[in-house]
Amino acid sequence: MTVLDYLYDLSNLVQAFADWLSTFSAGWVVYWVVGLIAVVTTLLFAVNNTLAMNYIERKVIAHFQVRYGPNRAGPYGLLQPVADAIKILLKEPIVPAAADRPVFILAPIAAFVPAIMPWAVIPFTPRMMVADLNVGVLYVFAMGSLATIPIFMAGWSSRNKFALLGAMRAVAQMVSYEVPLVLSIVGVVISAGTLSLRGIVEAQTIPYIIPQFLGFLVFFVAGLGELNRSPLDLLEAESEIVAGYHTEYSGFMFILYYIAEYTHLWAYSAFITTFFLAGWRGPLLPPYVWFVLKMLFVAFLLIWLRATMPRLRIDQLLGLAWKLLLPVALVNVFITALGVFIFG
Amino acid sequence: MKGDQPMTLETQPVVINFGPQHPSTHGVFRLVLTVDGEVVVDAKMVLGYLHRGVEKLAEEKTYIQNITFTDRLDYLSAMSNNFAYVLAVEKLAGIAVPERAEYIRVIMAELQRIASHLMAMGTFYQDVGGWGGPLMYMFRDREKILDLFEMACGQRLTCNYMRPGGVSMDLPPEFIPELKKFIPAMRAYLDEYEELIAENEIFKIRTRGVGILPKELAIDAGASGPVLRASGVRWDLRKDDTYSIYDRFDFDIPTGTVGDCYDRFMVRLQECRQSLRIIEQAVRDIPGGPWINPGVRGNVWAPPGEAYAHVEGPKGELGFYLVSDGGVGPYRFKIRSPSYINLTALKEMTVGWKVADAIIILGSIDIVMGEVDR
Repeated sequence: MTVLDYLYDLSNLVQAFADWLSTFSAGWVVYWVVGLIAVVTTLLFAVNNTLAMNYIERKVIAHFQVRYGPNRAGPYGLLQPVADAIKILLKEPIVPAAADRPVFILAPIAAFVPAIMPWAVIPFTPRMMVADLNVGVLYVFAMGSLATIPIFMAGWSSRNKFALLGAMRAVAQMVSYEVPLVLSIVGVVISAGTLSLRGIVEAQTIPYIIPQFLGFLVFFVAGLGELNRSPLDLLEAESEIVAGYHTEYSGFMFILYYIAEYTHLWAYSAFITTFFLAGWRGPLLPPYVWFVLKMLFVAFLLIWLRATMPRLRIDQLLGLAWKLLLPVALVNVFITALGVFIFG
Repeated sequence: MKGDQPMTLETQPVVINFGPQHPSTHGVFRLVLTVDGEVVVDAKMVLGYLHRGVEKLAEEKTYIQNITFTDRLDYLSAMSNNFAYVLAVEKLAGIAVPERAEYIRVIMAELQRIASHLMAMGTFYQDVGGWGGPLMYMFRDREKILDLFEMACGQRLTCNYMRPGGVSMDLPPEFIPELKKFIPAMRAYLDEYEELIAENEIFKIRTRGVGILPKELAIDAGASGPVLRASGVRWDLRKDDTYSIYDRFDFDIPTGTVGDCYDRFMVRLQECRQSLRIIEQAVRDIPGGPWINPGVRGNVWAPPGEAYAHVEGPKGELGFYLVSDGGVGPYRFKIRSPSYINLTALKEMTVGWKVADAIIILGSIDIVMGEVDR
């Protein structure tokens, strides 16, 4: 193997390390060490993406808004996210006197954990993934659903009316958008014939965005609702309810929400890449580079939307989920099933 | 619980305090909303957080010194405020204004109207939930207007440009060419805004039919300006009680049909176009000559009496009522501020809508707290 081969798929590097390790270690040691490497690198990737996304979003939005964006800390303002992170970490995490203390403190942690869990099954290349679950899709949505509870915990325990309004919206919105989101992916699962994320990518000789365009649209919009991204960012609608459910959070606890939010966003980009944009597949460049490029493209779309679109109202938002997205998703499932039944 | 009764969940309304420190109260406005879930059942305004006692202060100052106070009322439209005030002083003291000064004033007032409406539309879009993009475009265009102001009088926001009998200094030679460049550019931008904002589907469903101010209520509440015209009342002081030289210009009065937030937005957008038309004609016709009445030197004395003068400011009818006892300053200085009076019907417009709507209804009225509280 040459250096290029190692670079082409970084898991070869790990493989080589494991081979070297197994020459003098027991099998279980190799298993645990390799597992640890996979988990730590994925975690670091997921969390550090927050910093990257923070910078990218601010810079891109700034250019949408005819501004320069951060350009003071470091070259091109590259150190701005780091500076901000340090600033927020140094602040005192204040717990309001009237807050429900245990729930208040637990909520950010409970928000953070499900945000990083889905990264375990995301296939950056055919081999670069922590676990190739055969029920990967199910796992991903299960973890996504968990995100509702901490948001409600935060809003409820804060004893703040704005936070409570945000939490009320959160439950209504996220529960509603869960349904079309899951249904929109059923078409992909039927076409691929597997629930494994790797299997889904391997089945995409043409990206599913073409045969599953309806499903893609529903997934994209419902995902925005699930992520609380503009134009469906009602949970933290700044002009209405200040900062929504995390109004009362500060310091380290706030940063956990921040990371959770951006990690969700990246995970969502990764899912669109996996389900509809043929994941790592692409000519010439290494597979993981293709994967990240596609993720960046989706993230750019999200930022673009945020820079342009106004926000829906809560009743219109729920109407959109139940009256438009759900029927379209169901029709998509029907058409796909029919197509697979006849042609497949 | 009795078996034959349907199970109901007991709920109670919650009082939410919007402001005085809230991202979208446009200053230190406080709105006490009683909400049932997300639906507003009662709205109470609390004013006075920015009360500075301008009306009383002005009684201690001279007529000339008071011009600076008017800058700071509606700080987004200093020129219009100057205009209304000097009109009142001229009426009181019987001062004539040279032709060139009239044209300069009209150009400034109309530029100011565009600048103020840009802010109103931009912040309104932000209230609807757009994350700053269009607002920043409008800041960019407003900046060009402020540059023009700076060129003319050395100040951008608090211009202090107009004087009883004219304006404080003549336009510099590079002003008119710059203005001529600005007009077509602004036209193109306005078209862009109409496409970007007014044609946006989400914007339409958020604003159409929301916060309707019926014609009769608008008149009863004493509303004026774009808020009144959006309700379908064709009332514009520039035409209906014409002042200065507005009778020489050819322009239309855009009106709405329904009186909802969308109409108020569109009326503002179209008024910007009409203002550009007026500026175009003024630039074409502006004569040479003195820019201030040579008879006015230093301070102004007014004979005992009273005078009321009003202009169609960006936010509505802005009037100054002055009483003189023959001294160097006004004996009584009363401001009829449009923002304050337009707020009157806020409760009627808000009740029954959702919290998110309450915010955009407030935004669509376009208040400036410096003027509301004085």
